[in-house]
Amino acid sequence: MEALNALFVTPFVEIFDAPWFFMEVLTGGLMAGVMYSLVALGFVLIFKASGVFNFAQGVMVLFAALNFVGLMDAGVPMILAGIITIAIMVAVAFAIERFVLRPLVNQEHIILFMATIGVAYFLEGVGEMIWGTDVRPLNVGIPDDVFFVGDAMIQQSDLFAAVVAGFLVVVLALFFHYTRTGRALRAVADDHQAALSIGIPLNHIWVIVWSVAGFVALVTGIMWGSKLGVQFSLSVIALKALPVLILGGFTSIPGAIVGGLIIGAGEKVAEVYWGGFFGGAIEEWFAYILALAFLFFRPQGLFGEKIIERV
Amino acid sequence: MSEMMADNENGRIGGELLSVDNITLRFGGVKALTDISFNINKGEIRSIIGPNGAGKSSMLNVINGFYKPQEGTIRFKGKNVNMKPDLAAKSGIARTFQNIALFKGMSTLDNIMTGRMLKMKAGFLSQAIYWGRAQKEELENRAFVEEIIDFLEIQSIRKTPVGRLPYGLQKRVELARALAMEPELLLLDEPMAGMNLEEKEDMSRYIIDVNEYFGTTIALIEHDMGVVMDLSDRVVVLDYGCKLADGSPDEVSSNQAVIDAYLGVAH
Amino acid sequence: MIYREAGEFKTSYAADQGLLTIPMDRWFVIGLVLFAFIGMPLVGDEYWLGSIMIPVLILAIAAMGLNILTGYAGQLSLGTGAFMAAGAYMAYKVATNLSFLPVPVAILAGGGFSAMIGVLFGIPSLRIKGFYLAVATLAAQFFLLWLFTHVDWFVNYNLSGVPAIADYHLFVDWGPLVTGAQASVEARYLFVLVFAVFLALAARNMARCKIGRSWMAIRDMDIAAEIIGIRPLHTKLSAFAISSFYCGVAGALWAFCFINNVEPGAYEIERSFQILFMIIIGGLGSILGSFLGAAFIFLLPITLSQLPGWLGLDVPADVITHLEFMVMGVLIIFFLIVEPHGLARLWQIAKEKLRRWPFPY
Repeated sequence: MEALNALFVTPFVEIFDAPWFFMEVLTGGLMAGVMYSLVALGFVLIFKASGVFNFAQGVMVLFAALNFVGLMDAGVPMILAGIITIAIMVAVAFAIERFVLRPLVNQEHIILFMATIGVAYFLEGVGEMIWGTDVRPLNVGIPDDVFFVGDAMIQQSDLFAAVVAGFLVVVLALFFHYTRTGRALRAVADDHQAALSIGIPLNHIWVIVWSVAGFVALVTGIMWGSKLGVQFSLSVIALKALPVLILGGFTSIPGAIVGGLIIGAGEKVAEVYWGGFFGGAIEEWFAYILALAFLFFRPQGLFGEKIIERV
Repeated sequence: MSEMMADNENGRIGGELLSVDNITLRFGGVKALTDISFNINKGEIRSIIGPNGAGKSSMLNVINGFYKPQEGTIRFKGKNVNMKPDLAAKSGIARTFQNIALFKGMSTLDNIMTGRMLKMKAGFLSQAIYWGRAQKEELENRAFVEEIIDFLEIQSIRKTPVGRLPYGLQKRVELARALAMEPELLLLDEPMAGMNLEEKEDMSRYIIDVNEYFGTTIALIEHDMGVVMDLSDRVVVLDYGCKLADGSPDEVSSNQAVIDAYLGVAH
Repeated sequence: MIYREAGEFKTSYAADQGLLTIPMDRWFVIGLVLFAFIGMPLVGDEYWLGSIMIPVLILAIAAMGLNILTGYAGQLSLGTGAFMAAGAYMAYKVATNLSFLPVPVAILAGGGFSAMIGVLFGIPSLRIKGFYLAVATLAAQFFLLWLFTHVDWFVNYNLSGVPAIADYHLFVDWGPLVTGAQASVEARYLFVLVFAVFLALAARNMARCKIGRSWMAIRDMDIAAEIIGIRPLHTKLSAFAISSFYCGVAGALWAFCFINNVEPGAYEIERSFQILFMIIIGGLGSILGSFLGAAFIFLLPITLSQLPGWLGLDVPADVITHLEFMVMGVLIIFFLIVEPHGLARLWQIAKEKLRRWPFPY
């Protein structure tokens, strides 16, 4: 009875008693969710265009952020550091296309997936070899004051991250729908063979999409790095993007955003109000279990298309 | 025609094995099958023909439980069934596919052995130590599978991974796997698609042999009218999910609606 | 013509269905097993047996487990570490709370518990496939480890959370010590070896029987499998159960015979990836490959860390760690490109070369 109380009554009473605090928890969660969304966005881009489940996206975030902060620490001006990092990410995209994707073309998806795990290990090794493993604080001038809405305290930096994420999504959506490259990307996503047969250069497309994913990784890395410092755990937190993908569907950009927000808000709220009952630290697994439960009802994700099997 | 009569008198063809009653199947708003009824008698070769998209494959998918029809019933051996595919297999319905559905990573022998799955009952501990019941079953079923391999003349490719076999042989292995199940009703979905003349002749002979020696009832989808007219005892014609005609090959081929459907008709 | 398979005629299906049908293979394997049982304990020193052979054999058991699930049944799992942990914690509970049971039973009980957990997390596999399933197994990874570290019952309310494994005799009071710090390295090695050999044999047997074929059928084409009467859920869950059993036994042996305590850090997600690499590099769907992959992946970092010393170079330790990551990444990509079937396939190619030797064709 006491357990039922703690599970079904007390948390809701607490929410109603202190609605502003709840708001604060919720916005904090949503903002963390924006970060997950950004990582998931990188996944979705690559999955859409090449059918590759890019496990290295999290490490690409770390790698981009390490380069950026490393260059800035070495005295390179911020804009230039950003440009150089983008150039590096494009080079990485070229290398991945040339040395990983091209030799593995037409292999099964699971093989490509495992190859991206290899890429993740490699990038992590390289990044830390060059820039070391210390936590590096990153300051790119994102305002970090707080302000109040009612009694709820909100970080300006969180709001900034949300605006940037929204902007990025709009730009990507426009890019996908209105540019020639965007159309080619969508064609490739639908059917590699058919795209090839009408003369779309597959290799270029892959380089472009991995570069775009690299750019998204850099933006994500800067956002996260300003909040937590640039460190190894960035790539681990990025694993949380996986349940986000399950929720949103592997091919849906809006899905990645909405999924990220749900996971971010869900796990924060669960931790604050139900964590005590379970013994704490339920943030570690809440996202995964939520995704697992979700799979039972909608295996194709929130925005995914229903899968019809034919024989 | 007279030959068929003789068959009938010899008792090759028995009573009703499967009956399809008023089946309607929809995918969303699209009607794939509309109010289809026909039956299949024990021991006969029954063909389902029709232009592309007529709903032939959907019909087979309904019979072996892969699709669930919105209306109508399927009765197999007199029992009203609404089965899942694995239960259909258990009750004695086997099939082959239009696009070959073999297990590409396994050898020919292993592929055919999977057809014996339902005949093997050994527990997993027995299998883990390969002793007692599991070993006995493996050997017995291997002997049975070897008979089918001999029957279809595929001895030389016994240990070849099926992914490496040419198309015609893959089709034959798929037939072998279906036969290994010792089915009462065998559904063949375009067994001769994409074959050359010789391969077609071979396959036709195997189908007739299966029917004669094992007494297996066969439902056949095929586009080659020559083959259909030669092999079939009775033919049902579908077009746009509706039944156009049903009867002996001669009756069907002289049916005006069928001729219109195949040749087109001036409106 | 060093290796021959021609001229061997089989006269019965029993002979043709055997495990090692070529005499040369048979003698080689028998020789190898004999050496492992008799030669190795005589030749190997404390370091070789205790720090290399024992962990490699244990990891090979886990790799066989994952290979059953991923290589044979085609279900990708990233939760191997958690299933190992389930085995370790349950074996510890049984060994301490039901101390009248001999320790091998405790370890098998750990495997059994892990199998049950595996079935539970395998249920979603009926509806989801591929990467979606991989994420579902990640749920197992994070949830189970959280469970074992947050519920004190699993460690008998031990304050440190990392209970030590007591010294157990083989059969309660009788026989040599086989676990814990006091047990001789030879005894622990042989104890682990017995598990490894029997589990390998069982895996090979299952792979050539009905159950193995049904796994492969589901892997290759699940719809066709269903239509020939294979029950998909039943088959997938059996793969999850048996795979998790192997992983559970491996996890228990890791705690009982290698690190001598139940340490959650040994079963983190890195472990899951490590074992996944073992089966990729060793060979998906190959029992031999599980052993080769385990040895390779375990020895690689050790070799890398020793290499500068051998060459007389002075490389800082953290650089070596980073190098390890890079080399591991490159190797994985290299293997996937050059030989997606792994070391086991290379072994086969080598045998074919030997058969033709000294002729090129």
